[in-house]
Amino acid sequence: METYSLLREFADSWMLLLLVLVFLGVVFWAWRPGSRKLHDEAATSIFRNELKPAGGGAPAPARSEREA
Amino acid sequence: MWDYLKLIVLGLIAVFAAIASNYGHDLAYQVNAIVVMLAAGLTFIWTLRTMGEPKRARSNEYMDGVVRAGVIATTFWGIVGFLVGVVIAFQLAFPALNFEWSQGILNFGRLRPLHTSAVIFAFGGNALIMSSFYIVQRTSAARLWGGNLAWFVFWGWQLMIVLAATSYVLGGTQGKEYAETVWYIDLWIVVVWLSFLAVFLGTLIHRKEPHIYVANWFLLSMIVTIAMLHLGNNLAIPVSIFSSQSVQVTAGVQDAMIQWWYGHNAVGFFLTAGFLGMMYYFVPKQAERPVFSYKLSIIHFWALIFLYIWAGPHHLHYTALPDWASTLGMTFSVMLWMPSWGGMINGLMTLSGAWDKLRTDPIIRMMVVSVGFYGMSTFEGPMMSIKAVNSLSHYTDWTIGHVHSGALGWNGMITFGALYFLTPRLWNRGGLYSLKLVSWHFWLATIGIVLYASSMWVTGIMEGLMWREVDANGFLVNAFADTVSAKFPMYVVRGLGGAMFLTGALIMAYNLWMTVRAQPAKASVNANNFVPAE
Repeated sequence: METYSLLREFADSWMLLLLVLVFLGVVFWAWRPGSRKLHDEAATSIFRNELKPAGGGAPAPARSEREA
Repeated sequence: MWDYLKLIVLGLIAVFAAIASNYGHDLAYQVNAIVVMLAAGLTFIWTLRTMGEPKRARSNEYMDGVVRAGVIATTFWGIVGFLVGVVIAFQLAFPALNFEWSQGILNFGRLRPLHTSAVIFAFGGNALIMSSFYIVQRTSAARLWGGNLAWFVFWGWQLMIVLAATSYVLGGTQGKEYAETVWYIDLWIVVVWLSFLAVFLGTLIHRKEPHIYVANWFLLSMIVTIAMLHLGNNLAIPVSIFSSQSVQVTAGVQDAMIQWWYGHNAVGFFLTAGFLGMMYYFVPKQAERPVFSYKLSIIHFWALIFLYIWAGPHHLHYTALPDWASTLGMTFSVMLWMPSWGGMINGLMTLSGAWDKLRTDPIIRMMVVSVGFYGMSTFEGPMMSIKAVNSLSHYTDWTIGHVHSGALGWNGMITFGALYFLTPRLWNRGGLYSLKLVSWHFWLATIGIVLYASSMWVTGIMEGLMWREVDANGFLVNAFADTVSAKFPMYVVRGLGGAMFLTGALIMAYNLWMTVRAQPAKASVNANNFVPAE
């Protein structure tokens, strides 16, 4: 069998099945029990750290020029 | 040491470009070589002058300079792109505007790729780069990775735009729609785009937040997929290192299929996934409410990724493409309805409980209309991909109307919303200069889009029906020129719609300028503004 037909047959059988299962897995993973708290946490994460990065960096240096 | 190496490389590039502009086989190549020489020369001088300055790590501040530059570039290229669009719209209505003295430079055929690339890659590209840089920093709680690499991405992208624009008007093209850029510009895009990927990924890797917020997934998928598409579609062998001509590796129907695999996914990942990333950040931020359903956003993302990549063949219905391939493209396009509308619902419902903001906040109104147009054009697109509908709509102005309801409505409006959101924050101003002007912009743009889309529906369907009309003996009733003259009034309306959209953008530029110029700076809450006592 030439490469094209072989790949074609593989693509519309096993690969298709695998990808559909992966997708269903993603859907299940999103709806898994106990994910709500994590998702609410993630959804509100954009309201933090608006002005500067989190955690310890070096103290702010003098701002003598425009930021490079 | 690193600076010396940079100087050597830049010097060599400038010298080679000077030689190349002399030996170049075509005008587009020669002019581009001069542009490269100037760019390398300017960067050389800049590197020389800033050598030896102490490099300071500012891990406790966000890198917003490059985002500010992105805001300016997005606004500027937007106006350039819209202006060229209005010009070519009127050139179609009034062919006399293809002036004799400017033939071969400013006629429709030369300006059309300039318009499409200016709005997609210059306006849209800058919007995506600037919002990626803004969003990934805020949601990762980390400064952009890679130091000045982000600046390289910014300036590299501007250089790409200038090279492409000068190349197009002088006839440099590889004849692929939305990928007209010739081989050396394509190579440069690869360099800049991979640097963009590095900055983005590096920031994500160094994030301080445990979770990667959904906007970043969309943006990252945009960056990765565009890199893949660009490499796949531009496999070409240059005929000479001193020429802009190249020969495509694939030919015939394979080349057509690769072109539309690229073309549709450029729409799918550049203009959809990337801008959805913007939606998932800016809409909740402006509404001050978290996204309606985070679970839905995850499903939205994966469904979009799994389906979009297969939709390309619907651009090639009833061609030499195998039937199964175009049926596959059509089927996947129709399936795309679901994730697209899931995303639209998610964006709109984010406002649930805060619908009153629509009345008071013109920026949120802009974003909502944008998401509405996203829903509308992702309904229209699958419908047009159905073979029976496509046999009427293909090659007509309906396609152009569809593209513009997506591009002006969805991409344009969400970008305007993002610009209005970002400008006061990035320049540390209390608010916009004038909300009234935002309202003016909103209405001009919305009515402009409605005029544009509805005139293109009318003219497109009319044209399609005229083309297929046969008399009792089976002869075609209309000549092609009959359809052209019948379309004239709609072309004028379309041009007017475009002019209104452009006017709105000019008002926005004025408003943003005055926000920075005339609005008082806010009290220094930003870490950037602290001046320690010394």
